[in-house]
Amino acid sequence: MIFAMAFLVGGLICVVGQLLMDLTSYKVTPAHILVGFVTTGAILSAFGLYQPLVELAGAGALVPLTGFGHILTQGAIRGVERDGLLGVFAGPLEAAAAGVTAAIVFGYFFAILFKPKG
Amino acid sequence: MRVDFTKPAGIQHKQYRNFVDRISPKPNVLVNVVWAFLVGGSIAAIGQALLTLFLMLGLPILEAGAMVAVVLIFIAAFLTGLGVFDDIARYAGAGAFVPITGFANAMVAQAMEARTEGLVLGVGARLFTIAGPVLVFGIVVAWLTGLIYFLFR
Amino acid sequence: MPAAKKQGQQTLVFSNPPVITASGTVVGTKEAAGPLGKTFDRVVDDPYHGEKSWERAERRFLEDAVQIALKKANLSSREIDFFLAGDLENQTEASALAARDLGIPYLGLYGACATIYEGIALGAVLIDGGFAERVVVAVSSHCCTAEKQFRYPTEQGVQRSLTQSWTVTGAGAVILAAQGSGPVVTHATIGKAIDMGQADPNNFGAAMAPAACDTIVRHLLDTGRGATDYDLVVTGDLGLIGRDLAEGLLQDHGFDLAERFTDCGVLIYDPQQQDTHAGGSGCACSAVVTGGYLLQQIQAGKLKRILGVGTGALLNADSPKQGETIPGIGHAVVIERR
Repeated sequence: MIFAMAFLVGGLICVVGQLLMDLTSYKVTPAHILVGFVTTGAILSAFGLYQPLVELAGAGALVPLTGFGHILTQGAIRGVERDGLLGVFAGPLEAAAAGVTAAIVFGYFFAILFKPKG
Repeated sequence: MRVDFTKPAGIQHKQYRNFVDRISPKPNVLVNVVWAFLVGGSIAAIGQALLTLFLMLGLPILEAGAMVAVVLIFIAAFLTGLGVFDDIARYAGAGAFVPITGFANAMVAQAMEARTEGLVLGVGARLFTIAGPVLVFGIVVAWLTGLIYFLFR
Repeated sequence: MPAAKKQGQQTLVFSNPPVITASGTVVGTKEAAGPLGKTFDRVVDDPYHGEKSWERAERRFLEDAVQIALKKANLSSREIDFFLAGDLENQTEASALAARDLGIPYLGLYGACATIYEGIALGAVLIDGGFAERVVVAVSSHCCTAEKQFRYPTEQGVQRSLTQSWTVTGAGAVILAAQGSGPVVTHATIGKAIDMGQADPNNFGAAMAPAACDTIVRHLLDTGRGATDYDLVVTGDLGLIGRDLAEGLLQDHGFDLAERFTDCGVLIYDPQQQDTHAGGSGCACSAVVTGGYLLQQIQAGKLKRILGVGTGALLNADSPKQGETIPGIGHAVVIERR
């Protein structure tokens, strides 16, 4: 059941991205959509609206970039609860540390190992 | 008459814009949406399979979620290096770039192309062409949320 | 007092029309697989052309095109007075590096994708003015250097817009001479930068069509000629959408070119088979179609007189982000069988 929900919710979030891509002006680029999704996820999470979606769909809510925004915001909140003001600064990246480090390290090595085909 | 060249420039531009809109092909939204849904949904389902696996291996929920991101990022970065990711995304569109896979792809694609400009100013700098803005906006919102929470909790 | 060799507002008339004695065209595999594949002098299978980077590859393409043209004309680079060249890389670096290796006095040009026609017009001016006996005009473009500079990395997963064109990988060179055998350049009409408010960097055809139309209309008014004086009016790289737009605008001006009107960017690819969306673009687009197919048609006697109109979109990588609209440019040259 959770797989079906993950598929459905993950797919629908991507559909929103596709509609933004196809129906808005050329000024909306993939970069704008990625930034928009992270920001939206972070804001929804701040109002406590994203966690229910995660509980409903699991990876379906975590894997799209909105989930990345959710993780950053939840990190900030957990940071505050643990360390107060310092947690405001340390929390977001602490929560996202594994993903960010993976992206940098794998990005670096694959960029060096491979040559673009063109 | 599509554009009346005796009219003032502003009217000509408007008439021309209508002419361009009429003639330019529009994306096939239905096909694109179906592709985005199927591929994006599949990536999420793979993520869920990984999540279930890591939970079964005894990882706590947050760590399991982070490992899912690590594995998906690895796969996307590898497929980008092989030159396969862009072929998938040609059809999948947002289905490929909205999940965390798109974030990884944007980093590798930018960086591997910048190899000819050196490791520091090329690869190192260009890894963040797309990742930079994503991190900036995500962290700023999270930081503001944390600050408000700190002040008013 | 009006200039002696100028007719009307923008048209130059050459009293001793310079001769196109030879041309050289080099393309990549995608162009070779297109409808004009057989008309090119050389096909390079490797997008890197054996080099480390696409930028170096583009320079090699350019040098190859020049060497092929020189060989066909049986000339050495020392016998050339000037090298007029341009491309789409930052500060036209491919041309500059090719100029360094060729060692011919060099005038770097930037007219975006209209550069080959700008070069032919200026080369003809140098020759007809008595300042040169022989000049080489050459341009290049490379799909990957252009994507890297103006759009997305080639491996990034983005869907290309249906209005987007495909940058031609290749280079074209022509040799203009005061004497010799071959088709001649009789007129050139220098275009204005025309902007009708189009700003979409994924729809160059829409940005350039008004400029192409303006130059064609100007040329016909300046010379007093009609569309029927030409066997073909061929624009540079408007593509499928831009060609239809230009055709419509020309009709609005009262000129119906109908079957005589086509575009190099439409001719070079098969949009159904090759997934090129709006068609071909890039400096090399008009250069390899003009230097290959069109000159061959003229030499074979199938075309007697054509009006070639190089078209360019005058933007850089940042101007669309800054909210600028995209000016287009069109430079026309009359090429005639003698």
